[in-house]
Amino acid sequence: MFPRPIEKSGPGTRVAYQAFLPVALILWLLPLLAIFLTSIRSAQDINSGNVFGWPSQFKLLENYTAVFTQSEAAQYMLNSVLITVPTVAISVALACLAGYALAIYRFRVAVPLFFLFVAGNFIPFQILMVPVRDMSVQTGLYDTIAGQFLFHAAFQTGFCTLFMRNFIKALPFDLVESARIEGVAEWKIFWYVVLPLVRPAIAALAVLIFTFVWNDFFWANVLTQGESAKPITAGVRALNGQFVNNWHLVSAASLLAAVPPVFMFFLMQRHFIAGLTLGAVK
Amino acid sequence: MAGVTKANWEDTMIKTLKGAVAALALTATSAIAGDLVINFDDLNPGPKQGFDDMIAQFKQENPDINVITNVNDREAHKTAIRNFLTADAPDVTSWYPGNRMAPFVDAGLFQPVDDVWDANNFHEDLAAIKATMSRDGKIWGVPYSYYQWGIYYRKDVFDLLELSEPQTWDELLAACAKMKDNGVTPFTIGTKFLWTAAGVFDYLNLRTNGYDVHNDLTAGKIKYTDPRIVKTFENWKVLIDECGFVDNHASMSWQDAIAPFANGDAAMYVMGNFSVDGYKNAGLTDAQIDFMPFPTIDASVPLAEEAPADAFFIPTNAKNVEDAKKFLAFVARPDVQTKLNKTIGQLPINAKAEISDDKFIQEGFALLNSATGIAQFYDRDAPAAMAKAGMEGFQEFMLDTSKMMAVLERLDQVQTEVYK
Amino acid sequence: MTDISQRTNENPSWLKRNKLAIAPWIFLVPALIFFAIYVVIPIFESLWLSLYEWNGLYTADGQSTATWVGFQNYVKLWDDPNFWVSLRNNLAWLILYMLAVPAGLMIALFLNQTVTGMRFYKSMFFFPFVISQVVVGLIFGWFYNPDFGVVGTIWKWAFCEETVNILGNATFKCARPVPDILSSPEWATYGIIFAGLWPQVAYCMILYLTGLNNVAADQIEAARLDGAKGWKMLWFVVIPQLRPATFIAVVVTVIGALRSFDMIAIMTQGGPFGSTNVLAHYMFEVAISEYGERYGYGSAVASVLFAIMLVYISYFLWRMYQDEKDSR
Repeated sequence: MFPRPIEKSGPGTRVAYQAFLPVALILWLLPLLAIFLTSIRSAQDINSGNVFGWPSQFKLLENYTAVFTQSEAAQYMLNSVLITVPTVAISVALACLAGYALAIYRFRVAVPLFFLFVAGNFIPFQILMVPVRDMSVQTGLYDTIAGQFLFHAAFQTGFCTLFMRNFIKALPFDLVESARIEGVAEWKIFWYVVLPLVRPAIAALAVLIFTFVWNDFFWANVLTQGESAKPITAGVRALNGQFVNNWHLVSAASLLAAVPPVFMFFLMQRHFIAGLTLGAVK
Repeated sequence: MAGVTKANWEDTMIKTLKGAVAALALTATSAIAGDLVINFDDLNPGPKQGFDDMIAQFKQENPDINVITNVNDREAHKTAIRNFLTADAPDVTSWYPGNRMAPFVDAGLFQPVDDVWDANNFHEDLAAIKATMSRDGKIWGVPYSYYQWGIYYRKDVFDLLELSEPQTWDELLAACAKMKDNGVTPFTIGTKFLWTAAGVFDYLNLRTNGYDVHNDLTAGKIKYTDPRIVKTFENWKVLIDECGFVDNHASMSWQDAIAPFANGDAAMYVMGNFSVDGYKNAGLTDAQIDFMPFPTIDASVPLAEEAPADAFFIPTNAKNVEDAKKFLAFVARPDVQTKLNKTIGQLPINAKAEISDDKFIQEGFALLNSATGIAQFYDRDAPAAMAKAGMEGFQEFMLDTSKMMAVLERLDQVQTEVYK
Repeated sequence: MTDISQRTNENPSWLKRNKLAIAPWIFLVPALIFFAIYVVIPIFESLWLSLYEWNGLYTADGQSTATWVGFQNYVKLWDDPNFWVSLRNNLAWLILYMLAVPAGLMIALFLNQTVTGMRFYKSMFFFPFVISQVVVGLIFGWFYNPDFGVVGTIWKWAFCEETVNILGNATFKCARPVPDILSSPEWATYGIIFAGLWPQVAYCMILYLTGLNNVAADQIEAARLDGAKGWKMLWFVVIPQLRPATFIAVVVTVIGALRSFDMIAIMTQGGPFGSTNVLAHYMFEVAISEYGERYGYGSAVASVLFAIMLVYISYFLWRMYQDEKDSR
């Protein structure tokens, strides 16, 4: 293990390390703490420049309620859920199928196709912007929930397929081989043999894609305009324009926008990190 | 698959797919003859109410016309109109005159309405906005409302300093000196979203050179390095040096910039009349704020003012043109404009209309009636690409006046590309 | 396609014989259709569109109003100062964003202990990556705000005194004006990059923490016996073993740097006067902002960004191809 485990150092170092940890953490999260403090302050505190001091009044409930009563935040949150959940379902489903095909079968274009998905995953969004927007406008998908999750699902399929293919490739191939010898149909092999084995991968992908899509801002701007289909990220920006100089409300709204992905992260932390770091250890 | 190239095949497939989805998503706005579909673009309570009342009156006068309205918010409308003019055109839509209507006129998406103007004596009654409603020798719509720009100021601060409304440039500079001596920043502004700086530029230019130079500049007929425009910028530099704007204006929106004004740290704001609501929301009363025209700079230049207008247009793909024209004639009638503008808190364009007794509206009406020319706004009179570059240049200049010539030369370069 | 169906008709047992050849396509088709419609075809459409001048409008009868201009959009780009500013800022992002890699490694080394509560600390350090860049942008936008933010407050405490203005309202008089980082053409980009580093460092940290878990303990012990420690150990023993983690960290950081859009859109919208633009944001601004509607020109900007990214994608794919070959 590197660096040398702290237990092997003297007691002085150990105590110093343990004492320094929370200090480092507070420093690291200082912007977040500051904005949290701001979100529970009163408007007077903000106007009088009380940024670090103890809040003169605690307005936690008032401010967070105000975000919902004075704006469309609830609608934005709901939209985010309605965009994110179908995206996760579609892209993971497509990726299971495609990843299975690319990992199990040996055919000439398997590797080029695989690389196509990988490359698609890295391209800058901007190269897709004008055509996707134009197509959405032409088909009536512009400014709808469906228009967003269909696009996200398609785009995230690249990453999901990369992930699934590698995961399935690492499974023992004998399982598939012996099933084939016994004459099991291909789709049954997929359904009964492989799918149960990739459950951890599905979990990891689900939580990752949830976070990516929830946090999307670019496509929300490109594919929506009104309140009916805007997700919370774009909504928070709109609130920023609406709550001019009301930093306590903007802060509260920002933190609310961050709650679902943070919740997901802590709920499925192991899967999340396993998903993100896939390839970092090979 | 013989004879069909792969690209063609893909194309067909996409088209089929688009068609299928479009059929599914088709909205219910399509109408049959006898219906009159009107799209309007303001959801704010005042304008929405004014529009609804107006429609109610139109229905009453024309019981045989079945009016269908779609009201969208401003920003959404800006995107939606680009699509619905082609795909699902209403019979009437609200939009802006000047260069904002140019792309749609050029693409053949609006139809000319000269006959409506001829039949209703609009050439005289709506003369103030006629020039800006025209393009390629035809008139493309009927305006229903506009609002004035000018200087909003803190009357209480002026009273404390014993200042009266400056009429001339020298009086303005003297007033500024007095404010600065007393720790008051003369002007507030927030240039984060750029267009506010264009208001200041427009007024300086209108006062330095007049209406024709404003139009020639935004039409690309004179260069930014033209001595007349350079003179405008030199006056601007004087305004910045001797009067001065609040610090950090580049990180503030126009609403943010109300804070120093409301606090009494800054005393004047070059703005449009829509900002009055903002001052009142910040706690200021009618007694504390007042309006004055931008002072003269060169006494020999006739006074022109800035007053952006809103209008109604008939799309080329309108199905019920006859009733649409009836509606346009209705919208510009003096009694209709009087009522509508009283509700939305703006000024009627028809010279025969009456106005509400709000003091800002009264002052604005007097101002615009005496004006020798009505400019729309830099970003409505100039094409979008020029407006964007121009306004970035204004902001850059305001942050560092020593870059004046560099900015102007760059704008010349943009100009040659945009107006080719 | 026609071929397949014909042959199937001629010979019913063909399907069975070629089961293994057809099956992958059936599994692949849904993903391929989605991917083709929303990713592959739009790329080519964009490249094609960059040779047109188009304001996004269709005429009354549905014809596109685009006109062919060949490579003129690219010629214009060459003379467009905003493009060069954006490109230069992209370079600044690329270079400075790389700081996330060593910084992430440092934090990972600091946290790679097994004292009680370590799991909690690790996840809290990772926290910034989980929240949206929009939120990070808003946080730092407020942080830098000269009137209400942290920077403004500290500055006022140090250099300003509180007085009353002419109306008797409280105001500040400053010996030096408060720095307005996000509207300074020189500093704004660095201000945004600094904010962007915060989540990116967290990302790199988690990659390295996982990597450190898999460092071979016996090699470390062996090196320790040889007397290696501290920097030497890190440089010659640990870092070589962390190569996969470093590779991924560099890849995601490069992509993050080139994709930077959210923070700029939130914090400055490319301003003041375009000085914080990057290609990703400039393209958006040119194509669909209120003063944009130049779809062809925007597509040309996007194509340049795409070309830059393609270099990285090719490198990444080449490395993956080497791995694939080895694993066979």
